[in-house]
Amino acid sequence: MNFHPNSTLLFILAGAVILFVIAQSLFFLIRAFRRGRELGMDMIQLRRTLVSTGIFTVAPAVSILLGVITLSKFLGLPLPWLRLSVIGAITYELPAATSTANALGVSLSETVTDPTVYTAIAWVMTLGIFPGLIWVPLFIKKIQGGLLKIKNKDGKWGDILMTAMFLGMISAFLGMVFADIRSGLKGWIPIFVLLFSALLMGICGILIKKCKLKWLENYALPISMLGAMVFAAVITPVIGG
Amino acid sequence: MKKRSYEDMTHIYGRIWILSALGMIFAYPIITCIYYDAWPGWRPVLQGLLGVAPIFWTVGIIEVITFIPMLGTAGSYLAFVTGNLTNLKVPAALTAMENARVKPGTEEGEVISTIAVATSSMVTVVIIALGVAMLVPLTPVLDNPAVKPAFDNILPALFGGLAVVYVSKNWKISIAPLVFMIVLFLLVPSLSGSVGVLVPVGALIAIGAARILYKRDML
Repeated sequence: MNFHPNSTLLFILAGAVILFVIAQSLFFLIRAFRRGRELGMDMIQLRRTLVSTGIFTVAPAVSILLGVITLSKFLGLPLPWLRLSVIGAITYELPAATSTANALGVSLSETVTDPTVYTAIAWVMTLGIFPGLIWVPLFIKKIQGGLLKIKNKDGKWGDILMTAMFLGMISAFLGMVFADIRSGLKGWIPIFVLLFSALLMGICGILIKKCKLKWLENYALPISMLGAMVFAAVITPVIGG
Repeated sequence: MKKRSYEDMTHIYGRIWILSALGMIFAYPIITCIYYDAWPGWRPVLQGLLGVAPIFWTVGIIEVITFIPMLGTAGSYLAFVTGNLTNLKVPAALTAMENARVKPGTEEGEVISTIAVATSSMVTVVIIALGVAMLVPLTPVLDNPAVKPAFDNILPALFGGLAVVYVSKNWKISIAPLVFMIVLFLLVPSLSGSVGVLVPVGALIAIGAARILYKRDML
């Protein structure tokens, strides 16, 4: 059988997995809406959550699409399409592909034509990331039980603990923007972008509080994110990135 | 038989879906190998895995411990299958809960988080599918050097806004991990490749500092 990384079979396989994941999302979405009604939650709020999350997702999704395009030059479309639509992220798949290609002594600059190289990469991607899917069903009850115990013992501390954990995570990501500062002013671009996004969010916050623009609440994050991305596109050529 | 609670049923459905997803994900390499009769052999796979698995598997455990409390039950079962957690699903779920004024770990938080993760997953899948279908006309637009910096900076653009929301509300808890991370990255910028490993470090510092402040009644 002649192998090609863009063959119909591979598209069908990737498409089947992706359809499965859409079905899973729909299943839990419908269930959550029904549960919300049972709990007497404000259905308008639930719909608002759906719309604002959808809008928020667009820009990150396009950036994921860029990852698919990057990987597709080497791996064809189906595999990157599958890996980045479900389960993976570019931060996992690129190193997995690179590591395997290096082990096999293959270059990442041209499309793979050897089926065994292709399947080796597909296996490394699959085996590299599948434990996450096992840890969740194995540990979820223990983690939630542990958290519940802490909360029952001391409710206020339980809330603080969760907040602290999340702030710890944000801090690690904020630190990341300092990665290239040694390379001169252009290395500072991510910091400027971060500050600009923070500034936009601050302005949105003031508008929401002072001008009672409640609708803005749901769109403040996409607005700051997109605004800061436009800002990045404007300042990069000026600074000379 | 006793009627199972919503929470119990979520675990049962969640397990069925996540294990089937596992099967589907393994089907891709298995069917490809069988169809093309192209088994790669153990060596290249093990060699390739050696380069990534130690980090991936560690980060995987860290993600499970950190994100499950934030995403809730259904949100976790769903988000770990659909991927792109830190850059998309977790911020989406947390922002949605913030806007709806519900807390992670409550019944209402569970509903909102599930809606956010599910919506975000479906929108991502649809946008990527459209992008793949229209790749030829889209490539020059997306490869345009004028657009590139915007997407290169998507993470600072996302985390700047998020930080304002969370840091301004909890500035006392955020000082310690923030200062630590900024100093660390200023001193050793090359560490930026290990953010996954630094997430729990940041979390531990934040928890430690919060505990001290809490014990002294400063929170």
